Amino acid sequence: MVETVSSETHKDKARAAAAKPAAFGEDIDLDTYVSSAEEQPYQVDPSKLPARAKERMLGAGVILDDPGQRAGTFIQMDNAPVHSSVRQEGVEVMAVNQALEKYDWLSDYWWQAVAVDTDKYTANIELNQHNGYFIRTLPGYKTIYPVQACLYLAKARLAQNVHNIIIAEENSELHIITGCTTASNEEAGLHLGVSEFYIKKGAKVTFTMIHNWNPEVSVRPRTGVIIEENGLFLSNYVLTKPVRSLQIYPTARCMGENAVVRFNSILVAAPGASLDVGSRAILNAKGAKTEIISRAITTGGSIVARGYIEGNAPDVKGHLECRGLILMGEGIIHAIPELKGTLAGIDLSHEAAVGKIAEEEVEYLMARGLTRSEATATIVRGFLRVDIEGLPPLLSAELQRAIEASERDIM
Amino acid sequence: MGDVALSIEQLTVEVEGREILHNINLGMKLGETHVLFGPNGSGKTTLLMAIMGFPKYRITKGKVIFKGQDITMLPLDERARLGIGMSFQRPPVVRGVKMRDMVAACLKGQEQEERVSQLAEKTNLADFLDREINYGFSGGEIKRSELMQLLAQKPTLTLIDEPESGVDLVNITLIGELLNSLLEKDCPIPERKCTGLIITHTGHILDYVNARTGYVMCDGVIGCEGDSREILATIREKGYQECVRCFLRRRGSSG
Repeated sequence: MVETVSSETHKDKARAAAAKPAAFGEDIDLDTYVSSAEEQPYQVDPSKLPARAKERMLGAGVILDDPGQRAGTFIQMDNAPVHSSVRQEGVEVMAVNQALEKYDWLSDYWWQAVAVDTDKYTANIELNQHNGYFIRTLPGYKTIYPVQACLYLAKARLAQNVHNIIIAEENSELHIITGCTTASNEEAGLHLGVSEFYIKKGAKVTFTMIHNWNPEVSVRPRTGVIIEENGLFLSNYVLTKPVRSLQIYPTARCMGENAVVRFNSILVAAPGASLDVGSRAILNAKGAKTEIISRAITTGGSIVARGYIEGNAPDVKGHLECRGLILMGEGIIHAIPELKGTLAGIDLSHEAAVGKIAEEEVEYLMARGLTRSEATATIVRGFLRVDIEGLPPLLSAELQRAIEASERDIM
Repeated sequence: MGDVALSIEQLTVEVEGREILHNINLGMKLGETHVLFGPNGSGKTTLLMAIMGFPKYRITKGKVIFKGQDITMLPLDERARLGIGMSFQRPPVVRGVKMRDMVAACLKGQEQEERVSQLAEKTNLADFLDREINYGFSGGEIKRSELMQLLAQKPTLTLIDEPESGVDLVNITLIGELLNSLLEKDCPIPERKCTGLIITHTGHILDYVNARTGYVMCDGVIGCEGDSREILATIREKGYQECVRCFLRRRGSSG
């Protein structure tokens, strides 16, 4: 049971931090949201879920009608896990509360990658947790297809509080695609999620997250990643659909030699949206490496694009690239790249650029016969394209499709 | 005249409020290649940019007629679609846009994949198709990339700005071959339709590509017109100083 793992220490810390504002982003009044929702029936066959829900989930990369290209599926609607299944040996997918009952060792991982008292949102998750997912690969197993997970917000004004744990055991390989979305295009809601990743020796995890919220939803995910020797964590985050307020700043800690972490973020802010999105890599072991790439476009919303790399061990290497494009309107992009080195022999660098599309580039394409709008669309498409090393071709293609689908909205 | 490719009449062009070209007259028949010599800053690139239709190069007087149609007021992209193409001396880097995308855009969606590979092979750029256009390219790579796009675009009139600048000896031979292919030099003269106007400062490109007529541009006007090789021989022997002196002498006596 949750109570057994959420020791009094966790609860005490959470209570003490219940009113602690987050370091970044607008402060959200949690009292304006409700925390309980109706029970949802469990679905053995997820293709039987309502058509509307399936369509919204598909928009966030979650395929329920033909899951042949998925190693497993987890779906939570509001507070209730409605489906979990596995199609490949060596992979475990289940609701996190079920996993806590099954494995007593799981409590050792609880709040180890994210501090429970980080802010009021983590505290609120500890005090009012509504499940979440547990995904694990057993030692040596490699998934071919990704596991898909969907956190779905159906009830208006609900605060969804999930706690996810992902473990890749030694020398395993796990690909995850996770889509978060809402039933409604206009109802307010709040998504709070803690995700803790544990990447053991020689393991590789790719985590592709597509957010498909609505213009009234606020989102505060809290993510921590611990990477052991020769482990790899590759995160791809895509947010191209409108959202009211989103603040996210995942932190990966390379604790073993030659651990690698790469973050790619693709962000589009429509008018009225406020995004504060960063990625943080702490390189604590010899030879650890990171690359953080962020591409931000505003068509009128505001984006703070943060990046932070800290080198605390010999021979670590990190690069941060933050590029922003103000396409139209009164958009704001604020790029804040930060580097911190604490010893000699480290190699950290960054580049950041914010601007509009260069007229010279548009004209160059027009001289090849493209119209002005075709030329602009080609440049925007190129800007949003990030070639992601290490992502399976299937996921790479799905990610590209999600980005291309957003081009129509942007243009 | 049905076979006139380009006719420029009394063209005056200003850039950012300053008049650069004054009363230019020039005519080219379909299938001909002409070269434009001139010292740095004489206005050669301005003429090409004005023919192509870049908005910064404002035509204040005169006309540009392409295959009988007055295109003076047409925007850049419409001129490109009518059949005018340009090889840039220093094209911009467009981050994220791959060479493959540019060539595909030039092909206008036809015959795609196989044709792109063929062109890449021909221009020795097979390894460059998935690179961002012009990003980290050497001088020779830029020229070959420009010509590859033009071979895909197949313009009737190609404007070529300094094809030999920054190119080594190995590359210049290939660039010469590509230009000859673009300008249909393998076709019998009466059947050629592709017309070229090449800017050259040094004239080296004439060792590889034949051009019928040459012009020397001085201070925004065409100072003289004649056989391209004869002009080149004079420039090589006496330098542009002599061209300028000759031009000033004539201008002085006529004024």
